[in-house]
Parts: sequence; C-alpha cells; structure tokens
Amino acid sequence: MWADALLLQLGYNATLVTLGAALLGMAAGVAGTFLFLRKRALVSDAISHATLPGVGLAFVVMVALGGDGRALPGLLLGAALSAALGLLCVQWLTARTRLGEDAAIGAVLSVFFGLGVVILTVIQTMNTGRQAGLEGFLLGSTAGMLRGDAILLAASAALVLALVVLLRRPLTLAAFDPGYAQATGWSLARVDLAMMGVVLVVTVVGLKVVGLILIVALLIVPAVTARFWTERADRVVWIAGAVGGVSGYVGAALSAVAPALPTGPIIVLVGFGLFLASLLFSPGRGVLASVLMHRRYQRRVHMRQGLLALAQGQPIFEALTRRLLHRAGLILPDGVATAEGQAAAAKALLDETRWSIVRRDQSFAVAASRYDGLTPIEDVLTQDQLRAVDARIDAPQVVA
Amino acid sequence: MTLALVQDDAKLTEAARMASPLAVRGLTVSYGQTPAIFSVDVTVRAGAMTAIVGPNGAGKSTLLKAALGVITPLAGTVAMLGQPLDRMRDRIAYVPQRASVDWDFPTRVIDVVLMGMYRQLGLLGRVRATHRAQAMACLDRVGMTDFATRQIGQLSGGQQQRVFLARALAQEADLYVLDEPFAGVDAATEKAIIAVLKSLRDAGRTVVAVHHDLATVPDYFDDVVLLNTQVVAAGPVAHVFTEDNLQATYGGRLTTARADPESVAG
Repeated sequence: MWADALLLQLGYNATLVTLGAALLGMAAGVAGTFLFLRKRALVSDAISHATLPGVGLAFVVMVALGGDGRALPGLLLGAALSAALGLLCVQWLTARTRLGEDAAIGAVLSVFFGLGVVILTVIQTMNTGRQAGLEGFLLGSTAGMLRGDAILLAASAALVLALVVLLRRPLTLAAFDPGYAQATGWSLARVDLAMMGVVLVVTVVGLKVVGLILIVALLIVPAVTARFWTERADRVVWIAGAVGGVSGYVGAALSAVAPALPTGPIIVLVGFGLFLASLLFSPGRGVLASVLMHRRYQRRVHMRQGLLALAQGQPIFEALTRRLLHRAGLILPDGVATAEGQAAAAKALLDETRWSIVRRDQSFAVAASRYDGLTPIEDVLTQDQLRAVDARIDAPQVVA
Repeated sequence: MTLALVQDDAKLTEAARMASPLAVRGLTVSYGQTPAIFSVDVTVRAGAMTAIVGPNGAGKSTLLKAALGVITPLAGTVAMLGQPLDRMRDRIAYVPQRASVDWDFPTRVIDVVLMGMYRQLGLLGRVRATHRAQAMACLDRVGMTDFATRQIGQLSGGQQQRVFLARALAQEADLYVLDEPFAGVDAATEKAIIAVLKSLRDAGRTVVAVHHDLATVPDYFDDVVLLNTQVVAAGPVAHVFTEDNLQATYGGRLTTARADPESVAG
C-alpha cells in the first residue's frame, strides 16, 4: 500500500495531491533559503498567520455577493491581501518604532490570527451553509483537491523558481552583506520586497496543502537541512529545493494511505526526519562528525603530550594517555617506554625543539603561524629550512 | 579681504567639487534626536589617499555610510565628479567593517570576490573563465590565492580583511572607500593592505579610509579629514595634521588616543 502511494498508484486524485505537494515543497525550500540566510525566517510565520482574517473576510464577501463562499481563487486572494497587510505592519513597526523585529512579529502574528479565528467563528453561525472546510486552512487538507488547484500550485512553483533564478545574485548579496549591496547600487528595499513577495506566493498557495500554522516549517526546515551539506549558498538553495520536494512528495503519499491524518503535519514530519538525519550524520557540520573529530584531536594531543613526557623522563598520570601509548605499542603496561616508544619520543622532542626555534625567529613568521602543537615540522618547512634550523640547535638533545 | 577675492575662493571650491570623486555637502545624519554627524562638507581630492580621523563616536563610519547611501541622511548632498552618486555607483568600491557580516555564511573566498563583479555580470550573465581568472588575480594582489576555495569562516581576521579588499579590487572602481581596514588585523596584513592601496593611488585611483592609528597617518595618507561630529579641519596631512588641530578634534582624549591607538577604533 505504501509502495503504491510512493509510486503514484493510488488513483488520479492522490497522484494530483502528491505531485502538487512535491512542487510546493520545492518552491518553499528554495524561497525559504533566502529568508534563512537573511536571518528573517520568522517573518514568514507572521505572514502565514496573517492570512487567516483574509480567508474569512473573502468568504463573507463572496457569500454576500451571492457566489460560492468556498471558491479557492477568491479565498487565496483574500489571504494574500491580508498577509501583505500583516507584512507591512511588521515592516512599519520595525522601521518606525523602537520595537525589534521579533516583538513586531509576535504582535502581528497573534493579533491577525486572533482576528481570523473570531471571523471564522462568526461564519460558523451564519445561515449560508457550505462553510465547512474553511478550518482546513489551519492544518491543510488535500481531500478535495481539484485539477485546477494542482495547476495553480504548479504555476506558482514555476514562478517562484524563475524569480529566484533571476534574482539569485542580489538575494545572496543582500543576505551576506546588506551594506555592501546597498553601496554598490542594489536597492535593498527592492530586493527585500522581492524576497517577501516570493515567500508570500508560497505561503498563500501552500495554505490549502500544509495549512497556515505549519507553512513556516516548509520554508525553514529544508534550508537548515541543506546547510549541513554544503558551504556554498547556491548549493544550499538547490539542496533545500530537493529536500522540500522530497518532503512534500513522501508526506503527501503517506497521508494518501492514511486519510485520517492531516497532510500538512505529515509533510512537516518527513522534512523533520531529513533534518534530523542531516543534523546527526552530515560530514563536517553534523553532530556525529564533530564528536568524532573532537575525539580524534583529543587523542592526538594525548599521544603528543605522553611522548614529550617520556622524552623528558616524566611520569604519565592520565589514564587515557597511558592507554593510548600502550595500545600503540609505545610503552609497556608498567609505563616504561619500548624501543619504538623511545624513538617516537625522541622524534617528538626534536620536533618541539625545532618548532621553538622557528617560533622565536621573525623570518619564519608564516611557518610559525601554523604551530598547533601537533603538526610535524616537516610538513611546514622545506629540507633546506630544516637544516638551517637544526644548525641552531646548540647542544645535542639528551633522550631518556 | 575684498569681495572679489571671496568670489574667487567660492569659484575655486566649486571647481574642486566638480573634479572631486567624492564631494559631500551639508551632510547630517542623526540616530534619534542627536546628530551623529552635523553639516559635514568634505571634498576628497582625486588621485589621493584621504584618512578620516577622529575620536570614538565622532561619526567616521556614519560619514562613509551616509555618503554611499548605506544609511539615509537627514540632509545634505553627495556627488561624484559633479554627478549624483546614484549615476556613478559602478565606479565606487566599498569595503565595509569586517565585523558587519556573518562569517559563517555559506560562501567561499572566491565567491566573495566574484560578488565584486555582480554589477558587471548583471542578473543573468554567466561567470566565465575570464571572470574567475580576474578574481584570482585580485586574490593574488592581496596574497590570498591559496585560500580561494576555503569557507570564509575558516579565515583569520586579517585574511578576512584581505578578501574584502580583493572583492573591492574586482570592482575595478575609481573610488575606493574603506571602513576601518586596519582594525584588528595582523602587522603583515596591514603592510599588504597599505601596499595595495598605495598602488591604487599610484594608478590614479582615489582612496578614502576611516583610520584610527594617529601614528601612521603621515606615513600612509596624503590628506586627512579631522572629524568630531563636525569637520574640525581637512586638507593635506602636512598642513592639517597639527598638534593644535588634533587637540581641537580629540580634546582631553588626545593623550589616550596616542598611548593606545586601538582605543580610538569605532
């Protein structure tokens, strides 16, 4: 059954939903990356919560005009208008008052959401009927998705991708170094407006699929997931798009199998799974890699310190140091150096002596800057330089 | 002084403004109700290196940022060769304070230098081998070619400053504006940066830099602007960089400024 879902074998409607969610996830991942890099991730939360009063008012207006209150284009238009108003409020509060952006986001988010809930509650008591389904905008519901809805998602995703490709340079520059962007003639206000416009489009078309409460996850989780895998902004963008697309696809397919579960949360949980895997296992920035790297480094420090202690005939107190030296066959269980251990210790001491000469001499400044107590000096100096250094070791080193 | 002479003077300054790559007039910036800089007039001489010097909170960085439009001034005009600055953006390179950006940003050294060519590349122009070669040449001028593919967070402070300078070089501008280029960098980097700036000046370019080490001003710069919210004095170092003028700029803080150059940074 699950395999059928993933292979789009569950019928026309499920296929439509799955493909639509994949496109939405891709668009959200790509658009969200620039919010994340610009450190304005939470603005999207204010935008999405600010859609709710618009949805409710659009319903009321359409009913009052004698139309179908649930017509999706009308509802989304209302959502977009009130989200834009919410965004303007955040911008205005941040620029014109002493409130920080975090406080402005909190205020706008809660006020707009509260207003939206009141309007929806009033609508429930209206005598029009057919108001069922509006609450689907909270957590997303794909049950009644039509072909037209899927086409709308596809068109929006294409628009978002095209805009991001077109504006990738100013968007990256504004995120990395806004002052420089401004000074070299990119209008920061316009770049930010474009970024927010793209996010607004994703949020509004995503309402039906993931719902307004969780759309922020679809914007942010792919970007932070992608950040674990690369050190290049352009690649973060495309990896985030892929992560978002996979989350949407797999999440929608799973929820097609279990229709009782809401689609949005499942999509978000799939994205979270990818994030968790990246957090733990990505090379370089992942938790596991950091732990391993730290332990490897710690062992090298212990080995080096142990060898220097051996060379100078000092006792080794730390159990870890003794264990490491013993395992490497450099000391016997009673702490006495083996022949191999004596050679290694002498080598370590010679290295340290050479380093101390290099570090005292200004003409070796570049080489000296690479001293970390571990790097063998042969890696840094040429044979000729080494001979010059050795000539300055006045007395031969006595090794215990 | 006769009236005719005064008019002559006015004509001369007007001519100097028209020829100046950065002519600032009546510039005032305020954060809240207190002005950070007040009615600042500065006419930078073309083909010279100008230092902007003054105590903490004198508005040195603010002057640069407002002159380049990074922050919006309350009043005043800025012109390059008599033209409004917005028409001349392509001819201005800017090196912001190193601390102003997040160095954990996912980008490599070479990518930062290529950012200096974004204006030239436009929105969709492809980055070609010639662009990469040009970027590498800029890195070479600051001695950073070995670091081209490093993530920028792995660099030392001095290396980061060199990369910022390489990005400005990639712009191939006529005017180079630098905010505290020597703050918190090692001696080797300071030497390398000043060599590059002098070579720019010798090639006829104009350099303006906020500077905090009074001791090196006469060695490094041709002109100096002494700033403390207002311009105290401006002109060639030989005429302007005098004990009296410094006293007027720094007030009682001059001895501290001399004893510990770092304390004047900011």
